[in-house]
Amino acid sequence: MSTRQIRVAIIGSGPSAFYAAGHLLLQSEPEVWVDMYEHLPTPFGLVRYGVAPDHQKIKNVTRVFSKTAQHPRFRFFGNVTYGKEMTLADLKRFYHAIVFATGASVDRKMGIPGEDLPRSYAATEFVAWYNGHPDYAHLSFDLEQERIAVVGVGNVAVDVSRILLKDPDELAKTDIADYALEALRKSKVREVYLLGRRGPAQAKFTYPEIRELTSLPNIDVIVPPEEAELDPLSRKQLEENPDKDVEAKVELIQQLAQKSPEGKPRRLVLRFLVSPTELLGNEGRGVQTVKLVHNELYATDAGTLRPRPTDRYEDLPATEVYRAIGYRGVPLPDVPFHERWGVILNADGRVLDPKTNQPLYGLYCTGWIKRGAQGVIGTNKPDAVATSEHLIEDARAGRLPLPETTDPTVIEQFVRERQPNVVSWEDWLILDRLEVERGKAQGRPRVKFTSVEEMLEAIRREKMAAG
Amino acid sequence: MTVRNVLSTKGFGVVTVHPDTSVLDAVRTLAEHNIGAVVVVDEREHVVGIFTERDLVRQCAARGAEALQLPVREAMTPDPVTALPQDDLRIIAHLMVERHFRHIPVVEDDHLIGILSIRDVLQAQRDQYLGELDTLQRRLMERFEWRRRDS
Ligand SMILES: Cc1cc2nc3c(=O)[nH]c(=O)nc-3n(C[C@H](O)[C@H](O)[C@H](O)COP(=O)(O)OP(=O)(O)OC[C@H]3O[C@@H](n4cnc5c(N)ncnc54)[C@H](O)[C@@H]3O)c2cc1C
Ligand SMILES: NC(=O)c1ccc[n+]([C@@H]2O[C@H](COP(=O)([O-])OP(=O)(O)OC[C@H]3O[C@@H](n4cnc5c(N)ncnc54)[C@H](OP(=O)(O)O)[C@@H]3O)[C@@H](O)[C@H]2O)c1
Repeated sequence: MSTRQIRVAIIGSGPSAFYAAGHLLLQSEPEVWVDMYEHLPTPFGLVRYGVAPDHQKIKNVTRVFSKTAQHPRFRFFGNVTYGKEMTLADLKRFYHAIVFATGASVDRKMGIPGEDLPRSYAATEFVAWYNGHPDYAHLSFDLEQERIAVVGVGNVAVDVSRILLKDPDELAKTDIADYALEALRKSKVREVYLLGRRGPAQAKFTYPEIRELTSLPNIDVIVPPEEAELDPLSRKQLEENPDKDVEAKVELIQQLAQKSPEGKPRRLVLRFLVSPTELLGNEGRGVQTVKLVHNELYATDAGTLRPRPTDRYEDLPATEVYRAIGYRGVPLPDVPFHERWGVILNADGRVLDPKTNQPLYGLYCTGWIKRGAQGVIGTNKPDAVATSEHLIEDARAGRLPLPETTDPTVIEQFVRERQPNVVSWEDWLILDRLEVERGKAQGRPRVKFTSVEEMLEAIRREKMAAG
Repeated sequence: MTVRNVLSTKGFGVVTVHPDTSVLDAVRTLAEHNIGAVVVVDEREHVVGIFTERDLVRQCAARGAEALQLPVREAMTPDPVTALPQDDLRIIAHLMVERHFRHIPVVEDDHLIGILSIRDVLQAQRDQYLGELDTLQRRLMERFEWRRRDS
């Protein structure tokens, strides 16, 4: 391989990984060869295991990614985990550059007493569970409780609330995991409280997501009128710095506050300006009550409106809690990490040496592990393009270290020695076809395999049958 | 999007000078790091001021070359508005544009942890909008494609 050609390893196969691959494969100076390593046998990260099952259209973006995967200079090594089967030292032997696109997979904590009681759950785990993520399929969630609190008012909180409340017959038409569907069919939930610590104007969910909740036939959406009102600070801010999305949300929330419930079987109660301060209960009986404090808003130096507790408390008799207050990245072996932000230490995608704050040429990052758990699928595109541009710039400037060998067969042999059950793109296409076929029989977009063994077995069987 | 998302992609550490530093040395610091502003902090790492290219221009215009010998505490903008990691980026952008700030120090628990330039803020906002636009466009195009197939 001449210096006009470079070989790049991308770790992860979510949106940021595929946008980076797409951009790198477009380059001609130098020409780039991409090997993508993914922990799971299946590609697409949170598009498959985060995006809600009843939002199938969103998942169509995988067509764009699949096109990238067809590129002759692209290979997929599924079921291979960075830090386990492949280390940094291994990868450096074969690649000019390594791009980490491993996302942000773990939950953030509220940091309040009682948070670890039974039936206090992380939304991150619930989401991965109902989406059939093999690492989370063994979990179980108690759906016997009538009243549930969801903490946070971002789009993940809305997803969680919707899945908890939606008619299971509707969910049955999606690719939700079968075990989750079964559990939700038996669910006793009547009421979900969505808890925002700030006011309606600061809610993080987007208009279409909250609008969708109000259109579900079996759910009454209720907002206490006094909490729907904008406080003077929010009103002033919206006047000085108008925002169409915020205005639309506030208007909708205020309309909901005016409506009286129609006696539908399930209720979603949207609360604002409240923070949980403690989960009351015990090990044996689990969460029994959520202690809330009412907040007021104050302006920071720069003008952001933040919550501050008052002396008004309230006991919410919810016996199950999901915290949907954000995701956090996990450190990767041998890669500098910025603990404060929960991301890889980087300057716009170039990984930095923690001692000198200077780039470690050859190491890059993109997506949620670069900027934190923020943004829709498309946001990862400009992010990945910026990172890729830095990589290309470094390649052109001759700053990339030279690998021992870039022979594709040598690399593949090495990977197979480390992980005999490596899943290729063709293998994934087999899984994909089988899942879609299983779905067709039931009028569903697909029925997912939810364990790695099951996936590997299915691939093996199909290949045997094909001879 | 919040300030923390932008700081996440800016490495660690901030270039600072002590209030007793001379303006000349502060200017050398700007040149050395190729930056337009430096935060002035005291011994306890509390922000006491910000010294920018603007301040230099202002001081030189007023006092000529001798401005370079002043301690930075006499040439800086004292007690600048600071941001917190959890500040909404939209609010920061509004503030910086309205009040003509090109830089804003970021503090946490009264300690300096970063600095944002207007360029950082606008670039992050641009990327966010580009990303959202991309998602919207793709969904629109898909709808047209289906309609074409259906008819
Ligand atoms: C619950 C939820 C719902 C969402 N819904 C929407 C939506 O409807 N619309 C929308 O536009 N956006 C949505 N988003 C946001 C969107 O999913 C993210 O912006 C995007 O997925 C982030 O991409 P990423 O590539 O950084 O990370 P990810 O998508 O998380 O991909 C990371 C990949 O890296 C792999 N990986 C991790 N560690 C290793 C390792 N050590 N070795 C090998 N591989 C590894 C993981 O298995 C995973 O496949 C949602 C997010 C969540 C959490
Ligand atoms: N349909 C979609 O397009 C879709 C679906 C899911 C996710 N996503 C995207 O994925 C990203 C992540 O979503 P997310 O919902 O996890 O994050 P998010 O949008 O940042 O929302 C987190 C919510 O938790 C609150 N919160 C944080 N800490 C808290 C605490 N200690 N106590 C109480 N509340 C707390 C936040 O309130 P404050 O604002 O007060 O901090 C905010 O309401 C977002 O960019 C989102 O848009 C998109």
